[in-house]
Amino acid sequence: MSTMQFQPILAALRKHRIATALIALEIALACAVLCNACFLIMQRVQAMHVVSGIDESALGTIKLDGFDPGQATDLNARVLAGLRGVAGVQSATVVTAVPFSQHAGRAGVFLDPDKAQLGGVVEFYLASPGAAEAFGLHLLSGRMPAQDEYMPVATFVPKNPPVLITRALAEHFWPGENPLGKIFWSEETFRVIGILDHLAVPEPGGGEAKDPDWSVYVPAQPGPQFAGRYLIRADPADLPGVMGRAREAVRKAAPEAVIDQAQSQTIGELRSKYFLGSRVMAGLLVGVVVALLGTTALGIVGLASFWVAQRRKQIGVRRALGATSGDILRYFQLENFLIVTIGIVLGMALAFGINVALMKFYELPHLPLWYFPIGAAALWLLGQLAVLAPALRAASVPPVAAMRSA
Amino acid sequence: MVGYYVELALRNMKRNKMLTALMVLAIAVGIGASMTTLTVMHLLAGDPLPGRSQHIYYPQVDVNPESKGREPFDVLDYRTAVDLWSSHRADRQALVVDSPVKLEAPESGLPPLMLPMLSTTSDFFAMFDAPFRFGHGWSAADDAARTRVAVISSDLNQKLFGGENSVGRTLRLRGKDVRIVGVLAPWRPSPLFYDVRGGRFSNGDTADFYSKPEDVITPLNTALEINDGNFQQFTCWAMPAIPGHLQNSPCVWVALWVQLGDASKVAAYRRYLDDYAAEQKRLGRIAVADNNRMRSLMGWLDFNGVVPNDVKLQTMLAFAFLVICLCNVVGLLLAKFLRRGGEIGLRRALGATRKTVFAQYLVEAGVIGVVGGLGGLLLTLLGLALVRRQPVPYADFIHLDMSMFLTTFALSVGVSLVAGMLPALRASLVEPALQLKVI
Repeated sequence: MSTMQFQPILAALRKHRIATALIALEIALACAVLCNACFLIMQRVQAMHVVSGIDESALGTIKLDGFDPGQATDLNARVLAGLRGVAGVQSATVVTAVPFSQHAGRAGVFLDPDKAQLGGVVEFYLASPGAAEAFGLHLLSGRMPAQDEYMPVATFVPKNPPVLITRALAEHFWPGENPLGKIFWSEETFRVIGILDHLAVPEPGGGEAKDPDWSVYVPAQPGPQFAGRYLIRADPADLPGVMGRAREAVRKAAPEAVIDQAQSQTIGELRSKYFLGSRVMAGLLVGVVVALLGTTALGIVGLASFWVAQRRKQIGVRRALGATSGDILRYFQLENFLIVTIGIVLGMALAFGINVALMKFYELPHLPLWYFPIGAAALWLLGQLAVLAPALRAASVPPVAAMRSA
Repeated sequence: MVGYYVELALRNMKRNKMLTALMVLAIAVGIGASMTTLTVMHLLAGDPLPGRSQHIYYPQVDVNPESKGREPFDVLDYRTAVDLWSSHRADRQALVVDSPVKLEAPESGLPPLMLPMLSTTSDFFAMFDAPFRFGHGWSAADDAARTRVAVISSDLNQKLFGGENSVGRTLRLRGKDVRIVGVLAPWRPSPLFYDVRGGRFSNGDTADFYSKPEDVITPLNTALEINDGNFQQFTCWAMPAIPGHLQNSPCVWVALWVQLGDASKVAAYRRYLDDYAAEQKRLGRIAVADNNRMRSLMGWLDFNGVVPNDVKLQTMLAFAFLVICLCNVVGLLLAKFLRRGGEIGLRRALGATRKTVFAQYLVEAGVIGVVGGLGGLLLTLLGLALVRRQPVPYADFIHLDMSMFLTTFALSVGVSLVAGMLPALRASLVEPALQLKVI
């Protein structure tokens, strides 16, 4: 078999400088957009798969508005009694928020009593007795709150409460240290009694929390400042039916209140709705990638076809001089490989530049390096697939074509 | 001459249908994608109060007693807001507060609703040019007397009263009766500029700035009575004593908008703000006297980065896509034109100048652009229809306006002319003799 002849290919490309540059430019742009779009898609997908740390499939929530805070204790009692009477409800408790709902308590906390060292802006979950078990929180170390630690709410939390925090938050506050027994401050003094594996903030990815796991779980007694959102646990298979009956029961138990329909759903529904925008955007990005690759492939097919048609005579001459059809096929494949490679080299630099620009406007990390070889491989493959049909047509040009004019 | 070239172009387009279709498709898809996103950008970045926004300003005072001189809070505390408002130093001024309220309309037979309620002062309607369908706003005297009145939106009037004149009817807001004095005509300022705040803390997720206006509007003093305990702070530097009751609290929650007719009034108001802050500093209420802002309406929207990041990203992607389509078209045009080398050589030999050959081929590129633009227009309409079905607050007002309609054609013809420039130039450089030899 004949060796790969770079020399004639390069000579031919030099003759078609404009067309070569165009295809290379197109590949470069496609490469840059492809790498960044895939990166953005991965970011969204990762965000959508955030671990909430709760038994999502077994949980639902009901939210009430428009009641008189003075009547809150009575309301809580009526609603809880109503919910517990619903067939299939395993437990009903009062919470201020659930993951994928609306944020309820957010405050900056400090790691020293003088409030010099800001720990971060964290999200507070207030929860009545039994809610931790209902949520299915996974305790890594320490203990759950004792019965007598569920105190009435003073400001936005009970007075100097014991709290559970997540592993991620403990690592952030006191890296490498044992967090049990540690204290942090805002208006109140918070003492850490237990570490949770995960508990996602109510609005992961939004707000000022730098990590979706920056949650603080505070035991509290329902009352005037702590009413209106209820957590329901049921068998996952029965949950949709239970939720319907629960809404009905709450409507009867608290006729004066207004049920917030959008917020009174299963956690699964809330999660799905919370990430709807991300899903749409990820879908759109996938669409862009597909359209981009398609357009690039069509461009390659179009130009390669033109070149084949233009060089019919030369191909015939080569065939007449003894080149096999395989040689011709490889010639066009190698030519395409060279052009795509030029494009990829340019594209890598461009992709990096776009990433740096995006990082300025969006809170994005660096484009991981392993995107580059994958992007390159994808474009090489695309180029080879696109050039195959024109190259096969070229390979089938008979030697006799050399003798016919044009 | 151009007419003849157009005719030639149309004939040539038919000659190689596949290649032509590819080019038209590339332009149509590129234009469709970029015009869809550009239209959304154009609508979201637009002026919510055209012809009036240049006179509207947003005063800010650094009211934090623990301020370290950084950017002041996005809104004011109650005392500062009321002090500035009641001085009446501007042509018009309005306080703006939002709170959730329980609404019942006993006559309508509908179950109670929770709605966001806008509470403001009498100048609001004139200052922001809110159009009335029935009735009118309330007076400054109503502000002072805490009159139990309300203005409702066209949507709510439709929902509760079937769209008829409901002026004089009664609404029950959190159990208290208020009388409807006005019904707005459909009104959709976008963004909902008077509620814009906190954009810099939103990570670019600002779609909610494009929500619909509140359905119920009441005088602020009235609302403070009927919805006490339900007000929400923007932020606090210490915990409020009674949650939801924010007068005299260490919290910021009230926005102030002012209308200032000319530059001298603007300068005077800035001086007034500085004087006010200096006086408050002397009284020991605030820490920093010279950290005040007064942005214009559009300046405030820019500061808050109201256009969502996702929309900007989509626009950038669409234009990158258009450039790739353009590369494609250039390549294909080059192929198409050079295939006709013999014909060009013949024309040149018969006396056509380079200029005429260039013109002819540029016209051909332009014709392809117009056809691609028509396709692009259809795809843009399709794209906008898809955007309208998205679960985003701005979906309902996305449409193709006249300026964007014309831009579509300008862009597609412009793009195809740019794309055609190089191939036409190459075509015009064909040597007559060389090509004739081959034939």
